[in-house]
Order: sequence, then structure tokens, then C-alpha cells
Amino acid sequence: MKELNSKIPAGPLSEKWTNYKAHQNLVNPANKRKLDIIVIGTGLAGASAAASFGEMGFNVKVFCIQDSPRRAHSIAAQGGINAAKNYPNDGDSVYRLFYDTIKGGDYRAREANVYRLAELSNNIIDQCVAQGVPFAREYGGLLANRSFGGAQVSRTFYARGQTGQQLLLGAYGALSKEIERGTVKMYARREMMDVVLVDGRARGVIMRNLVTGELERYAAHAVVIASGGYGRVFFLSTNAMSSNGSAEWQAYKKGAMMANPCFTQIHPTCIPVHGDYQSKLTLMSESLRNDGRIWVPKNEKVAERLRKGEIKAKDVAEEERDYYLERRYPAFGNLVPRDVASRAAKERCDAGFGVNNTGLAVYLDFKEAIGRLGQKVVEEKYGNLFEMYERIVDDNPYETPMMIYPAVHYTMGGLWVDYELQTTIPGLFAAGEANFSDHGANRLGASALMQGLSDGYFILPYTMQNYLSDQIGVPRFNPDAPEFMEAEKQIREKINRLMAINGKQTVDSIHRRLGLIMWNKVGMARNEQGLKQAIEEIKALRKEFWQDVKVPATSGGMNNELEKALRVADFLEMGELMARDALMRNESCGGHFREEFQTPDGEAMRNDAEYSFVAAYEYQGPDAEPVLYKEELKFENVEVKQRNYK
Amino acid sequence: MLNLKLKIWRQKNNIDKGRFVEYNVDNIPEEASFLEMLDILNERLVLQGEDPVTFDHDCREGICGACGLYINGHPHGKYKNTTTCQLHMRKFKNGETITIEPWRSEAFPIIKDLMVDRSALDRLIQSGGYVSVRTGGVPDANSIAVNKHDADLSMDAASCIGCGACVATCKNGSAMLFVSAKFSQLALLPQGQVETYERVQKMVARMDELGFGNCSNTYACMAECPKGISVTNIARMNRQFLAAKIAEPLKK
Ligand SMILES: Cc1cc2nc3c(=O)[nH]c(=O)nc-3n(C[C@H](O)[C@H](O)[C@H](O)COP(=O)(O)OP(=O)(O)OC[C@H]3O[C@@H](n4cnc5c(N)ncnc54)[C@H](O)[C@@H]3O)c2cc1C
Ligand code: SF4
Ligand code: FES
Repeated sequence: MKELNSKIPAGPLSEKWTNYKAHQNLVNPANKRKLDIIVIGTGLAGASAAASFGEMGFNVKVFCIQDSPRRAHSIAAQGGINAAKNYPNDGDSVYRLFYDTIKGGDYRAREANVYRLAELSNNIIDQCVAQGVPFAREYGGLLANRSFGGAQVSRTFYARGQTGQQLLLGAYGALSKEIERGTVKMYARREMMDVVLVDGRARGVIMRNLVTGELERYAAHAVVIASGGYGRVFFLSTNAMSSNGSAEWQAYKKGAMMANPCFTQIHPTCIPVHGDYQSKLTLMSESLRNDGRIWVPKNEKVAERLRKGEIKAKDVAEEERDYYLERRYPAFGNLVPRDVASRAAKERCDAGFGVNNTGLAVYLDFKEAIGRLGQKVVEEKYGNLFEMYERIVDDNPYETPMMIYPAVHYTMGGLWVDYELQTTIPGLFAAGEANFSDHGANRLGASALMQGLSDGYFILPYTMQNYLSDQIGVPRFNPDAPEFMEAEKQIREKINRLMAINGKQTVDSIHRRLGLIMWNKVGMARNEQGLKQAIEEIKALRKEFWQDVKVPATSGGMNNELEKALRVADFLEMGELMARDALMRNESCGGHFREEFQTPDGEAMRNDAEYSFVAAYEYQGPDAEPVLYKEELKFENVEVKQRNYK
Repeated sequence: MLNLKLKIWRQKNNIDKGRFVEYNVDNIPEEASFLEMLDILNERLVLQGEDPVTFDHDCREGICGACGLYINGHPHGKYKNTTTCQLHMRKFKNGETITIEPWRSEAFPIIKDLMVDRSALDRLIQSGGYVSVRTGGVPDANSIAVNKHDADLSMDAASCIGCGACVATCKNGSAMLFVSAKFSQLALLPQGQVETYERVQKMVARMDELGFGNCSNTYACMAECPKGISVTNIARMNRQFLAAKIAEPLKK
């Protein structure tokens, strides 16, 4: 058995990070030049890390799938980024941000990491403003804030509905600066196929050049995986088409542990599914819940008439409407955390009150807000979102309520990392959504951007030095070494095997079926029987994939179907681990809701006595069950309570 | 459901000459997006053992800038403020013929079919489209107040998604709208103003180096830009370029 050592520094919570920095090892400038770092991914986490390493003088190679680093999926984040600045003077503090994040995560995250995140949040805003990120401002010229779910203070900084875009372009600017200086070398249109280990340490990667189709070998002293989330295991999600879990999965198969893989965030306000050809789902920012009221009809018959299109939402009288969030959670109302809101929508739809022709939608109604604030104010606040909705659904939300339904959005699970963001493979680090670190069982809105940037700008630049300080004597690695050649050979064989199947089903059609299994059985509500079925169904589908998938040989190197097939092959393994983890966790917490473990009125029931741990899995081979390691979570600075938003 | 005739540019690689190929696609749902329509076509092609059509795309919600097709003679289609991925099939008529081509511009070599190489846009940004600050050691975010009007204009300019439609539609292949958007975002903020003169000269020089054409003020770019980036940014950049040439010319 390996030992899980989270390496949390000694001392009081608020001094741990300061102590760490005071005692860590450094690398002097002349030696930095001799050390190479590989970064996989150019989202907020990868771009900020690569730029910072470059500034420090390391040699950096950074890779992304898209044609430009600026297109990583961080670009799509809408709502905002949290920080404990307390500019509005409403009682915020580092401690409160820490507390809200721990509580929002349903007490399944590490205290020390979350506290550090809250501490660094303020530096991020300073950094981004200095880079020229055009955050929203008030008339006096100072920065504006808004509120988000799960918090009672206004601590979210934003740039219209395009916060992720602006933060990413800031990091991309920093990255571009370093590319120009020559400290960072950028490789776009490349996908990671494997991590290469030499004597147990991560020393390089095998990449596939998506344009030529060639495999390429790159060596370095350390590797960072910042490849984003794996929500596309569900096929339909708010993630981008190329979002994948493969980089994490290869690391897992080489010995890095996967932590809490079943913790998935299902976002309550997305545009509902409308057809089986659909390729992705679109998020409607959580900020809409500030003013929109969520309802379904009180009467099933009315719901049925709405589904058949016999009547319209506006024909339903006020007293016929069930504002179920306000009814169930009077204290937080429409602003309950995401997991709670999503489950409540599912509960109503499952009970037969759903609308839209599919029955899988609820209303998000702005009538009251338009009456209270006037259409103009509503337009100013949400105009771009309303427009986006109208474009997709062809319906005007100023007149008829929006229809929304939950959709897969974020994966809290990911590669297990210690306080230094190092995985269980020495020299292999994970940052951003790809690691499991800070959000426990449920992530609060506007905190993923914060985490990605704190990992990349402010944590890895320190912890990486600590790791590399005893590597300065290690000469550059040769990518022709046997370890690299062997890894490349295995990838080539895998690709050849896939291409040779020449079956009858397209990659997408199998991916869609996997998505349905995941959504129905490993989605918003899970139970023992369903999870056991899911495991068997995924295994069977995996077999079918390897016997019957069709990956066409194309002229030239570019082969999108092969790219997708390689990712789906990994999703077909990942999905099984997610189901296993969900089955193991006999409790409900955050985004993980086990139907067997709920209170009589349908609220999640956590089991702190037995499940207050991070579940980390170690790979044991293709068909063997993984070994579970438990990292106990200790709460010394917050009182652990059952979450209550009533 | 729509039945359509597609005329799609097929080109194996950068050396191949390329040609239009016609496809009949039936039963396309009106709610599908344009790219989902191409997904449906591709799925059918794969099953028939043919090479599917290659095109760039990722977020499919109009923000990453990856997608970009010339549709019936317009970059991103004919609708205002719409990226290719945000275009829906309900905007097309049953029986219609739709012509689909890649961006065509000297600065953007074709990789395959509808996919082009836009890395020249990254190289433009690398020449100076950033504030040269390092990580850490920066002042408190509220230490400099920024005029709200300027901050809003800066944000307007910063909304550019780097899709390259402006270059593709310009008869000179100029990248002025793209470059001036980045330039203006930074020039409008105190944090960016420090390097304005140097930045504008470096970015203009890089445009020439990379073979982008000159701007002759036809404003086709603004008409086709899916994010409504304004040509006032070009005017701002031209003014600053002249001022910089006089005040602080860069040494060659
Ligand atoms: C629609 C949407 C809205 C959101 N809104 C918010 C919000 O308002 N506030 C908030 O805090 N969070 C929000 N989030 C969450 C947040 O945006 C993400 O969690 C975060 O941006 C992830 O950043 P990242 O750097 O970890 O990964 P990403 O930005 O996803 O970047 C991943 C990078 O890795 C590369 N990559 C992936 N796999 C490979 C591989 N195998 N080989 C090579 N390269 C690879 C990709 O090319 C890309 O460059 C939102 C998410 C979505 C989907
Ligand atoms: S200016 Fe407009 S058309 Fe040009 S790259 Fe930016 S968004 Fe695209
Ligand atoms: S696919 Fe991202 S903008 Fe169209």
C-alpha cells in the first residue's frame, strides 16, 4: 500500500501557507534555466502556471488541443470570480469565504487548501486588474460586485457575462508575453496521449499532433496537468466539445490516484434538452436566480396541457403556480446552492409536474422582476443571456418564462493532489478543474475561476520550486530514451487497434449511449441497484465499443473521429470508476445524492461518522477493481453541521 | 424537418487544390444548430465509409472563437452578431442550397476542408497585446480608479473572440479590426496606457511582417464581426500610431 500524505504544513490555519513559503526550498535563477517544465492545458490554470514559470526563468513547454491557447474552455465561464476583498463593506473576510466554501462543499474538502484559496483570492483580483482585465466598475471608478448562490455577501467580481473570457485573455496575454520572450514554447493542436515515467518520476509526455497525426515525445523535469474537467463523460454537458478526461485518465493508469470521481456538479439553470442530435447544452448563468422565480404548475393536469402545447405558461394563474424553491427553502428561496436547486427540479419533473414537450423542464419567470424593476433594468442586467436564450429556443423570455433544466457542468472530482498540488506520482502536478482539491462535494458559483488562477499564479510557482530544488543536478532528459519509445509504441498500437475495428457504430452514437447510462444512473440521484446496473452496462458498452466502433481512415493526418474515439475509450473506463465511487459512498453529500440516504422531506443525509474522507483510487490493471485509499478529513476550524438552507 | 443541398469545400490538405462537393442531407430538425447539421452529415458519411468534413469548433456557444465558416458568401452566415455555432437551422428554408467554405486569406492557410491555420493571430498578440506585468507584486485592485465609461468601452473592445472573420472578409486581408480591438482594450485603461506607444508600433510592425494587408477603410470587417467590434477602434489605433511615431519612435 502507498501512503497518502497530504503534506499539510503545521501551525494555525491562517499561518500555514505563510509558514510553507518561509520554509520551502528555492531554485536560484541560474539553475532555473536548466530545468524544463511541461504544462498540459492553457485554461486559467495552465496558462497562468506556464506564464508564471516562464517569468521565473524555467523552460516551459505548454500544450493545448485547440488551435490557440485562448480558446480553452475557461473562456466560456460567464458569471464571475469570488474574492474576499470586502469592498462592499458587507462583512466579508478571508475566514467567511473559507467557511462558505467548506460548507458549500458539504464538508468534504480539506480545510488547509480551502483556507489558502480564500487567502489568495484577493491577490488574483489585483493581478488581473494590473493585466488590464476590464472588470465591471461603479460610477466612482471602483470595482463592482454581485452576489451568487450559497453566500450572503456580495463578493463576486465580473466582466459582464463574460468573466471567464476576460480572465483567460488576461492569462493568455501573460502567456503570450513569455512566448515572445522565449521562455515558453507553445504547442497548439496537440493532445496528450500518455505521461512518461522514468524511475518512478514523471519525466515527459507523448503527444499526438492533431494536424499531422504523428506522435511526438517531449521530456522535462516535471509535468503539470491542467486539462480541465471530465463532465463530457455524460455526453451532454455545458463543457466544450473537446473537453475530456483523458489526460487525467492516463495519469491515473500510470499510478496517480483519482479522488472523489463521483462528485459531479449538475447546474440547475441550463437550456433543456430538445433532441437526440443535440451536441451540447448551454448554461444560463446562475445570476438569473437573483431575480427569476422558479415554478411548475401545482396541478398535474395543467402540466400535461402545457406539455401538449394546449396552453401557455402565461395562461397559468398565479394561485395555480408552485414556486417550489420558495416553498421548501424560505430562507434562501431561489438562491439555494446548485445541488439543492437541481434536485428540487428533478423531483418536481419526476412527480409529473414538468413542462416542455419532454416534461423535463421548469419555468424561470421574470414577470415579477420586470414589474418591480422595469424591463429596462432587467435588460441591462441580463440582456445578453436573454438574447442567447431566444437565439437557441426561439422564444422571448421577456414575455414567456424561460424553461430550464439541470445539466452536467463541473467535476469536483479529479486527480488526487497534496497541499503542493502534487499527485501520487512524484513530479506530476495537477491544477484547475483537473485536480480534486478545493470544492468538496459541491462547488459554489464563481469559485472555479478563483481556484484555477490561484493554482496557476500563486501556488504552483512556489511548490514547483520546492520539488525541483533537488533536481538541479539532473541533466535534461532524452526523449529517445527507452521509456519514451515504449510509451509511444503502446499508443501507436492502441490507435492501430481502434482503426482496425471498422465496425458499424459511430463514436458519437456510443458516446451518447454512455451518456444516457451516466445521466440516468450516475446523475442527479443515485441508488445501489442503479449503480450496480450502470457498472455492468458500462462494461458491456465498452466491450461493444472495442468490437464495433467505426473510426474511418482519413486522408492526411487530421482525423477528428479518431480524436473522439480515443477520448470516448477513456470515458468508457472513467464512467465505471465514477459509478463505483458513488456506490461506495453510502451517504448523500453535495452533488452526490443517494436516494437511500435522505431525510423524510427529501433532504440529503450526510454520514460524517463513516464518510468524512476523500476517496482516492489506485489503478490495478484493465479489469481489476481499483484499491480505495481514504484521506480522513479533519475539521478544526469550522463546526461541522448538516447544511440547512430552509 | 428540412431537406437541404450542401455545397461544401473539400480539400485534403494544404497542397491539394480543393473543390466543391455536393451533398443532399434530409431530415434536419429545425431546432438543430448549423454545426449539429454538419455533425449529422458527418455521422452519415462515416457510416458510408467516407471521409467526414473537417471544421473547427469547440464551445458551441459563441465565445471561444474556434468556429468560422463562410456560409452563402458571408463569414458566420448573414445574420448580425452571430457566430457559426449560434446559427440555427430554422433560419434556412426547406430545399435550400447552402454553400459552405473555409476562411480564405493569405494569412490563414487551409489545413483541411473547412479548417484553417489562424496562428498568425496569436503571433500578433505576442508582439505586444498585453500589459508587461509579472505575477505578484502588483498594487491593490482599487488603488487606481477607472472611469466607468472608459472601462465599458474597453470591455466592448475586449469582447473580440479572435475568430478571424474580419480578416477573412477583408479584400486586403487586413487584421486591423482584430489588432485595434486588443490595442483599444488596453489603451482605454490606465494599466495599459503605460506601454501604449511601444505597443502600437510593435503590433503594426508585426502585422506587416506576417503578411496581413493594409486597411483601406471599407468597414466590411465591422459589418461581419460576430461580436460587433467597432471600427472606432481602428481610428483610435491610427491616431495613437501617428502620435507614437512622433513622440517615441521605436528604434529599428
Ligand atoms: C459554461 C460554463 C460556465 C462557467 N461559469 C463559471 C463562473 O461563472 N465562475 C466560475 O468560477 N467557474 C465557472 N465555470 C467553471 C470554470 O470555467 C472551469 O472550471 C475552469 O475554467 C476550468 O479551468 P481549467 O484551466 O482547469 O481548464 P480548461 O479551461 O477547461 O482548460 C483545459 C485545457 O487543457 C487542454 N487539454 C485538455 N485535455 C488535453 C489533452 N488530453 N491534451 C492536451 N491538452 C488538453 C485544453 O485544450 C485546454 O487548453 C463555468 C464552466 C462552464 C462550462
Ligand atoms: S474583431 Fe470581430 S471578426 Fe475580428 S477576430 Fe474579433 S470577433 Fe472575430
Ligand atoms: S464554437 Fe466557440 S465560438 Fe463557435
